[in-house]
Amino acid sequence: MVMKVYGAIASTATRRVFATLYEKDLEFEFVPVDLRAGEHKQGHFLARNPFGQVPAFEDGDLNLFESRAITKYVAYAYADKGTPLICEGKPMATVGVWMEVEAHQFDTLASKLQWELVYKPMFGMAKDAAVVEENEPKLAKVLDVYEARLSQSKYLGCDCFTLADLHHLPTLTNLMGTPLKKMFDARPKVSAWVANIMARPAWAKVLAMTNQQ
Amino acid sequence: MVMKVYGAVLSTATMRVFATLYEKDLKFEFIPIDMPAGEHKKEHFLAVNPFGQIPAFKDGDLKLFESRAISQYIAHVHADEGSPLVCEGKPMATVGVWLDVEAHQFEPLALKLRRELLYKPRSGMATDAAVVEETEAKLAKVLDVYEARLSQSKYLGCDCFTLADLHHLPAMTSLMGTPVKKLFDARPKVSAWLADISARPAWAKVLAMRNQQ
Repeated sequence: MVMKVYGAIASTATRRVFATLYEKDLEFEFVPVDLRAGEHKQGHFLARNPFGQVPAFEDGDLNLFESRAITKYVAYAYADKGTPLICEGKPMATVGVWMEVEAHQFDTLASKLQWELVYKPMFGMAKDAAVVEENEPKLAKVLDVYEARLSQSKYLGCDCFTLADLHHLPTLTNLMGTPLKKMFDARPKVSAWVANIMARPAWAKVLAMTNQQ
Repeated sequence: MVMKVYGAVLSTATMRVFATLYEKDLKFEFIPIDMPAGEHKKEHFLAVNPFGQIPAFKDGDLKLFESRAISQYIAHVHADEGSPLVCEGKPMATVGVWLDVEAHQFEPLALKLRRELLYKPRSGMATDAAVVEETEAKLAKVLDVYEARLSQSKYLGCDCFTLADLHHLPAMTSLMGTPVKKLFDARPKVSAWLADISARPAWAKVLAMRNQQ
């Protein structure tokens, strides 16, 4: 029975799961959830994710939600397939640190900025300049830490590409299409890392899903 | 060489790490960081956590930060000691979901309420009643999901106490001293779960550290 991903192609959280499945060359079925119609708040979807958010995921009788819990499950359960996205032993502790960094230090700010600069314009809503002004310098400080880290380590968690890097891709790609691109370009190690991870074939497959819509 | 925890006894994130170490009966050295003096932003601390936040952690030559990365490291490396705080195999996938639920659905709301109801009054600032009302309503919805979950499962992640439950203790305990307590009391399964996990001897040891200061 093939794995199922319930979500939306434009959703960064859903894309995180797609990226992981493509990295591992795993077959899956994508079941679109109509966010505009409020399908994610309806009974049949709430049965999969009681918080009413995409994505949700099914592997046989296992039902999961929260994108980073799904990606971790896939990375561990299918450790021998495709790209290794985790490490064995002690190095995994440091990968774990940088997975938390993405979730708590990067994504909190990046999501706020993405909402103002990417989604609001899409919905014809006015940007709140104060939010951008407040969060841009905070993101700059986070990227300074990334610059220092990437001067010591090829990828964030360790010397291999792992979930700690992958989890950034959806929101990062959105921000690279805004004037905030300059913040990433201004830091050589960060810039090289961004270019490297965005060029991965698995990520190209995720972006191709958008173009098929 | 004994494990070291750099932090503060009143910090919810630091308490999360203490709780894990006590659950596993592990010896550790606590190195207090003087927050009011800005020690967390000084070079010697930034060397252990470049984001300048507590806690930070050392186990031999391994340096970690982000409380949930530290607790997960301890739980996996010392899996055979003290309380098992993680599961083997497939059940860990569901524990993983609820670990992310605590981090993304529960804690941001809990910390907002703690700031309004505890920190602000202590610092002579006015509580924003509108923020409290809005955040309480959101927390109520999250707790409704918890009530349903705890009607199917003894603990959040599975039928055993795991990190998915433990991670809630610091922020949740601080809210028990505020009117937000009523949201927990009003939900029988949540209320019973809260009483159960708060009564754990390891948690009493963490609170005793606080009282010694």
